[in-house]
Parts: sequence; C-alpha cells; structure tokens
Amino acid sequence: MLLIPCPYCGKRDEHEFTYAREGHIARPTNGAELSDADWAQYLFMRKNPKGVHYERWMHAKGCRRYFNVARDTVTHEIYAVYEMGQPKPEIDRGNGR
Amino acid sequence: MSQVNRLTNGGRIDRSKPLRFIFDGKPYQGYHGDTLASALLANGVVLVGRSFKYHRPRGLLSAGAEEPNALIQLGQGNRSEPNLRATQIELYDGLIAESQNRFPSLTTDFGAVNSLFHRVFPSGFYYKTFMWPKSFWLKYEHFIRRMAGLGKCPTEPDPDRYDKLYTHADALIVGAGPAGIAAALAAGRAGARVILVDEQQEMGGSLLSDRQATIDGKPAAHWVADALAELRAMPDVTLLPRTVAFGYYDHNMVSLMERVTDHLSPTSPEALKQPRQRLWRVRAKDVILATGAIERPMVYLDNDRPNCMLASAAQTYVNRYGSAPGKRAVVLTNNDTAYQVALDLVDAGVSVAAIVDVRENPEGELVASARSRGIEILANHAVTHVKGKLAVNGVEVRRLASDGKGVTSDGRGISCDMVLSSAGWQPTVHLFSQSRGKVKWNPDILAFVPDKPLPGQNNQSVGAARGRFSLADCLVDGHAAGAASAHAAGFTHSAGNTPVAGAEPALGAMREMWVVPSTKPLGHEGKHFIDYQNDVTAADVALAHREGYRSVEHLKRYTTMGMATDQGKTSNVNALALMADLRGVSVPEVGTTTFRPPYTPVTIGAFSGIDKGDFLDPIRKTPLHSWHEQHGAPFETVGQWHRAWYYPKPGESMHDAVNREVKAVRTSVGIVDASTLGKIDIQGPDAAWFLNMVYTNAWSKLEPGKCRYGLMLGEDGMVMDDGVTSRLAENHFHMTTTTGGAARVMAWLEDWLQCEWPDKKVYLTSVTEQWAVIGISGPMASKLLAEVAPALPLDDKSFPHLSFTDGVVAGVKCHVYRITFTGEATYELNMPPSYAMHVWRALMQAGEKYGITPYGTEAMHVLRAEKGFIIVGQETDGTTTPQDLGMDWIVSKQKPDFLGKRSLQRSDTKRPDRKHLVGLLTEDPNEVLPEGAQIVADLKDKPPMEMIGHVTSSYYSPNCGRSIAMAVVKNGRNRMGDTLYMPYEGKVVKAKVTEPKFYDPEGARING
Repeated sequence: MLLIPCPYCGKRDEHEFTYAREGHIARPTNGAELSDADWAQYLFMRKNPKGVHYERWMHAKGCRRYFNVARDTVTHEIYAVYEMGQPKPEIDRGNGR
Repeated sequence: MSQVNRLTNGGRIDRSKPLRFIFDGKPYQGYHGDTLASALLANGVVLVGRSFKYHRPRGLLSAGAEEPNALIQLGQGNRSEPNLRATQIELYDGLIAESQNRFPSLTTDFGAVNSLFHRVFPSGFYYKTFMWPKSFWLKYEHFIRRMAGLGKCPTEPDPDRYDKLYTHADALIVGAGPAGIAAALAAGRAGARVILVDEQQEMGGSLLSDRQATIDGKPAAHWVADALAELRAMPDVTLLPRTVAFGYYDHNMVSLMERVTDHLSPTSPEALKQPRQRLWRVRAKDVILATGAIERPMVYLDNDRPNCMLASAAQTYVNRYGSAPGKRAVVLTNNDTAYQVALDLVDAGVSVAAIVDVRENPEGELVASARSRGIEILANHAVTHVKGKLAVNGVEVRRLASDGKGVTSDGRGISCDMVLSSAGWQPTVHLFSQSRGKVKWNPDILAFVPDKPLPGQNNQSVGAARGRFSLADCLVDGHAAGAASAHAAGFTHSAGNTPVAGAEPALGAMREMWVVPSTKPLGHEGKHFIDYQNDVTAADVALAHREGYRSVEHLKRYTTMGMATDQGKTSNVNALALMADLRGVSVPEVGTTTFRPPYTPVTIGAFSGIDKGDFLDPIRKTPLHSWHEQHGAPFETVGQWHRAWYYPKPGESMHDAVNREVKAVRTSVGIVDASTLGKIDIQGPDAAWFLNMVYTNAWSKLEPGKCRYGLMLGEDGMVMDDGVTSRLAENHFHMTTTTGGAARVMAWLEDWLQCEWPDKKVYLTSVTEQWAVIGISGPMASKLLAEVAPALPLDDKSFPHLSFTDGVVAGVKCHVYRITFTGEATYELNMPPSYAMHVWRALMQAGEKYGITPYGTEAMHVLRAEKGFIIVGQETDGTTTPQDLGMDWIVSKQKPDFLGKRSLQRSDTKRPDRKHLVGLLTEDPNEVLPEGAQIVADLKDKPPMEMIGHVTSSYYSPNCGRSIAMAVVKNGRNRMGDTLYMPYEGKVVKAKVTEPKFYDPEGARING
C-alpha cells in the first residue's frame, strides 16, 4: 500500500488515488495523417520498465487533481511528484538511492 | 482428571483461578494464564493431532506461533474456527477444542494406513501418480482431499463483530521481548509516538520463560513489569498485546490483528460488547523488528513421536506455565542453549536422563554447569531411534562416526518420556522479508539474518531478530534503535539509560549437522521429519535432489516443504541446508525463501470488519424512494442506486405488472423516477469545443434551449456512454450520462481537461444529486403537464421535441426537457430533490383521470427496446463501435477531430463484417429468448458449432403482441430476413433477423 504525496494535499494512502496510466504520452493532433501502426503506437503501446516509471495518478477521493509520479517499479520508491504539464524530471538513482 | 504434570509452584499461571475445558469430548482443568497447549501438557495429554499426509500421531513441537502439529478446531457451531495453534489459544472457562485430521479418534486413526504405504506417497506423488491420466485424478481427488483434510469450515454465518482502524506511528515496534521493550522505552522517553505490539497475551517475550536473567539488577520479570508500567504512563505510547503483526507492505505500512476477545468465553457479556478482533493498519515512520528467533529442531529418526519437542518449548512450559511436558527428558543438541533448558528442568524438579550432544568436545560455562549438576553428557553422540508410538517412552543413542555421517557403537537405550532438541536458532525474519529486505547467511550462527532494508522501507531489526542472541546485546540494540527512530522523527529528549543485563554465560560454537544419522541410510528405516505439517522428510529432500529439483523453488513445490499453514517456520532452514549438503554447496547458493503475508493466518472477518451486509457498499436512494416502497415496488440495483423495478398491483405477477405499465405509456401516460441519471454541469467559454471533442456529433451549432443526444467513445473508437446534453446558455451545458456510468464519465472528462487540454476554460460539476428527475411519457403527457404547469407553452412549435425550458410545475420551478427514452412524447422535469415528492404527488393526483401509471425500470427497458434504443453496457460491451450499432448517423464526418475518431478508421474497426446490432423475431411469438443466448447460423446436431453472436436484450412486448429481441451478430446487417438458431436448454429456437426497431419505426409518436 503506497503512501503517495499528492502535490496539492500532501501524503495520502494509496486507496484515495486512482492510477491513471503512463504519463507524458501526448495525444497526436494529426491523427488523420498517422498510419495505423503509428496510431496503434499511441493507443496501445505502453512502457513496462524495471526501475523509474513516469506515470499519472489522480487523487480521486481527495482533490480530484491529476498529477505525475516518478515511481520505481521495483522498490515502489517515489522519486518525484509534479504537476501536469511539467517536464519529466531527471532521476538520479546513484548514491544509494 | 487431575493435572498430573502440573508443577507445584512457579510459572505465571494463577493457581487460584481454575478453568474447565473440553478437548476431544473429555473434560480437563487448567489455570488462568494457560494456553490450551500448556493446559493439555499439565494434564498429561501429549497426543494432540494427526499429521496431514501419513496421519502420524503428533504432539506439541513448540510453545509458540511456529507450532506445526497441534492444529485445533476451536469452538462450536457458527463460532467454530479451524486450524488454530494450541500454543496460541488462551484458555478460558468452558473452552471446547477438538483435534483435527483424525478419524474416528486420535488414538485409532484409519488414515494411518497411509503411513504403511508411504512408498506410494513419495514427494511429488500428486504429479506422478494422479495427474495422469487425468480421469484418474477425478476419481481419487475426493478421497485424497478427505484423508488429507485440515479443519472443518463452519457452514453458518459468523455471528461476531470485527473492527478495522488506521493509525500512524513514529515507531512501530514489533515484539515485546527485551529488545522491543528497550526500544519502546528509548523512543517513548524521547517523546515519540510509539506502538508496541506482541502476539502473546503477556508482554515480555523470552524473559517470561527465563529464570536466570537480571536487568538493571532486578529479576527479568520485575524489570518487565516496571518497564511496562513506565510505558503505560506515557501518553503517546500504545501497548497492544494479543496482537500479531502479520503483514509488512509498501511504504512502511504494517497490518496488525488484535485478538480483542478471543481470550474470553465467546458468549460472555464482556466478549459480546466488543468486536472480536480488530485489524490495524499502521503507517509508521520507522518499524523496529524485535521479533526474536525461532528454535530449529534436530532432524533425527522418528523425531515426530509425541513429546519430541523443541528444547526451548519445554523450558517455556516449565518456567512460564508450571507445566512439565514429561517426567524425564533426553536433550539432543548441537549448541549450548539446550544446556540451560536442562538446567532449568532440573531446577524445576524434572529429571534429565542425558544430554546427547553431537559436538565432539562441548565445552563452556553451561556445559560445565550441567556436568557439575550431575547431568550425563553424551558428547559426539546421536539419538538414533525413538521408541513409543503414541508417546515417547525411550531413545537409543549411539556414538557418531568421525565424519558425523554415520554411527559406530551399539545402541544404548535410555528410558525417557520426552526428547528435547535444539539445532540452533533462526532469527524471525518474516516481516523483514515481507518488507522485501534481503537476508544473508551468517555461518557463525548457521542462520539467515537481515541484510539491508529496501529503500523507503524504514526498519531496523534488533536483538535476536538479527542474530544477536545475548540479553545484553538485545537491550543495547533495542535501546539504540528506539533512540534512533525517535531522533529521526525529530524528537530531541533524552532516551534515558540503556538497560544493563546481568552476567550471562558465554556460548560455545555450534556443530553443523542437518541430519542426525541413524543405523541405516536415509529413508530405509523410519522417518526423519523436516516439515512436520506437510509431512516432508529428509528422504523426500534427498529424493528431490536425486530427481533434479534442487533449487529452493523447485524443492518447495516438489516436496511441498514450507507450504503448509505454518509456512515452514521450523523447517525451511533445515531443508535448505540439507539440500546444500547434498549438492555440496553453501546454503545461500540453494536460495532463501521469500516470506509472504500473513505471518500467521488471519480471519476473513478481520479483513471485512464491518464492511458486510448493508455496510458492504453505500446504497443510493432517490428522493422518491419511500413512495416506491409504499407502492410495493421491488428494487433493481444499478451501481449503488436502488431503482423501482415495477409496481405490482394486488394479485399481479411481474409479467402482468410490466405489461400493464408498458401499455399505459403507449395508450395514456406513464410516470417514472429518472433521478438516478448521471448529470454533469459544464460551463466555460470552451464548453462547446469540449463537447465537440468528447462526443461523436457536432455541438457548436446547437442553440441555447435545445437538446441533443450524444454518443461518447473511448479513444479506441468503442462506445463508452451516451446521453442527452442540453445547452442552457451559450457557455453552459447540462450533460446526462447513464446511471451506472456517471462517475466513470466524470473522471474521463476531468482526465482530458486536466491532462491534455489544461489551457481550455471548461468547468465540470457533478450535479446528479442536485436534480431529481420525473419523466411523464405518453399521448396524455402534454395534457397532464398543461394542467399542473398552466404557464408552460406546450405546443409542438413553441416547445418541440429535443428542447428545454424553465417552467413552474405544481408551484415548483423546474427545468423541463422534452426528450424521450420511450418513443412517446415525454417531458423530463428536473427539480431540487426536496420538491420531488410534492411534484410527483401533484402529477399522480392530476393524472388520475388519465389512468396515470407509475412504471419502473423493467417497463422502461421494454419501451426503449420496442423502439430499438440501445443501453450502453447491454447492447455494447467495450468492443462495439457506433457503426456496429447502426448509428453511423451520429458520427460527424465534418469535425476534424473527436475522441475515438481516428480509431474508427483502423482496419479492424472499419471491417464491414463485424458484429452488428440487429433485431430478432422468434418463430414462436411467445418464446422470449434468454439474454446472452448464443446464436448460430450453421446448426449442427451437437457442439461445436460456430457462434456468431449473442442476444443482448429480450422481452415480451405487449404493444407488439409478441416477443422481441436485440442481438449482436457477425455480419448481421447483411443477414436481414435470414433465419438463425439459438440452441439452449436442450432445444433450438429459430428467429428471423430484422431491423432492431419493433414499434413505430418512423418515430411518429414522439410528437404526441
């Protein structure tokens, strides 16, 4: 059970949140011009990394805001939370992190 | 029966409070403070169970949570609970317990024949013997499952209450032995918020069984009492005895189960006024694992005879409970700690026939003490045989060969009634392992110890839980950890002085010996048990090795070692180490086992807490609910909503009532409570742009005061919701969604606005419960409305279909929408919920002369099906496009973009032969197809047949005078007029494919 630091409300238990898919996947504005394969890439293909994963969560039973989380899929360590629209932060996992 | 093995003094039981209890139908007496196990031993009962596979007679191995043998069915009737460990059951007056897995009785068990046939029950036997051919398994399964059963599950509902709570702590300390108490004192004195838990009724851990130890100059038990008193006086310290920390989850969340009333008679007033058990979820800044260590038994021949026990268990029974497992012990050991047990037994007046030590030259303070007390020490010896079947009555011992793999001398018999063994101690790393910390092998103590915790899982293992067994080390460790966690949480007060242990005897080295040899090779005579609960022997491990199942994961699955309810607490290391020996590698090379929650079994009741029955899920009721109840309506559950299903008149069946309601709507006027519709208020300058994106059709040109039906797609092009949205003003819309989809749609819209289009000015508010909705539908609807809303212009010109107006209805300001889900002229009146009952009653009263008929969800479904209107989730299933539904008309060709648009052009979604929505008319007009019936075009005598679709909606339509059905059928639109087949329940129903419109296909009736 994760403890997720909502950027708006503070640390809250995982059960207040909804996982809202991988982050930083912009919707193509030129969908009509894309091949089926390229569209499928946007629609279906998702990363499943071992390590840092950039993902969206929504504080469903709180402020109902979406935000980004950089989470380690192995340890569940949360390296960063940041607002929608912010760029991916660099995660330095050296020095024992 | 008298307590033949009760010591006359000593122990922590209260001899002035006798308690009666029944075991296997026989009455016994114990004392307050006893466990069921200690009370049975005091009464001379050593045979307490039968083993799982061989039905071997078994006695107590341990005195704690690790007990593999003494599984008990406790209590009777609906309070009966299986598979409890006798060592953890606190005795109360009137307790009724039964042994398990025996038939008909413990002393005579038919299942014990399994033991004679052990050669056909080797490890892996399920796979080897019964899985092939498969049909054999079906025959044997019933028999084997009965023979290999554990306890019985009660069949009645659990009458007890359970509770759950969440809390936080600066330091959660698991285990209230010396290390845990020292940690709690340090953290508590520094001011931290501390929770100290211990699975036992009394805190103190090993100190409660220790006759010798002193701390700060006091006998250990006194120090414990003083320390607990000090902790109790601290306002931020919570002491939780009878509470097992069973699960360590992510981000330092630990689950606890508190046994609130299990030590009381379950029907006593004191028990009934409290929850039986309480589940705690603790989010701790730091977790201090002071969980101690579990002794390992030696693996010697026939080491499962009743009263073959862990040395420390006998020490606990004697010192803590004043209950001797027997009169005369033989101790078998590879280390010094068992010598203290022997000394304590002698002090308590129990005789020790010999200490059989596998070490060649045991030396040290404890050895010397034992020698000086006249206890015979047989160094470099092994127990090679245990005599007695239902209880130990003697052993044979032999000198070990020089390599320790065999024995040399002739056997010497020693009479005894218990064998106490110790193969060293394994730190209780279960919770640490659950926290996903890795363990490492410590060759000095021949045990796994915690290595580093996982980042973010802040925990410290202290004392015996990390392999530091001396009392002094435990106290130093615990104190330092408690001080450190308080400091880390920001507390700067002094943690006080470290408790100081009195002098302790130094311990000598151990001898590594994972199987004690006997006169014959492994498996050729008797059994060396490793995992008692799953009946896994050393020979089974050797067999797994021979057959190539050599890694820990293979070994476990092949032999079932460690997979019983005790999770191998006393057996894992013995099995791994034996495998390492056989392979000639080190123990860590074989692997370690990963422990998973729960540490000991947890009741389902504790997990559910009060979330059952009416409290399982909230119930949402409309403001008209009581009217529906008063008028006899049964309710249909739609999500959390309870909706009126139909309104039977006296003597009417459901079929009668629904037919009457459906007809009334077509001939006069019906009234329906539609308050449960999802409603979302959408405002902002970009609101129309937003609707263009989330719906398939165009919204820019919708005039204020007009309504439009919309279909919502997922980005994959599949239909996800539908509903009517009205433009209240230029930048203000009122969206309706399906009842069940409201929350999902809201989240979907928020998602796009927040994540993809944050610069758009659109604001969403859920208003589902702010508007009650009453629909009146039918040819008389406008006449009725005119009477109760005289100021409302109702002619088709000023108030046409698909428009909206404000109006006063029965004196109440309403939003009135002219939209329809029945195909008849319909007005949906929206009003604040507190006025709904007034408006409903006014309509009922004014409508009486028209025969106004309240109708429920069933009639609503029939009415819409007559018209071929879909229900999302019934006609659609997440793989349905608008084109599949024949609703291409609602998909804009002009709009450059909307959610799902591009996906409609994918090769698969635009395939012409997908499953299409069609109508079905059965050959027999009275045959109502079951929804979900599979459809075939090419009928065969028997399956397999190609299934080309299924029935999605099916009703009897009184207005059509026959049954009607909708279905999704592969290439359905090109099968119009074809006959298809629905084989079900031993018959075949024929039906003709039609358009999915059965009544008023031109839609003429909408205008009343």
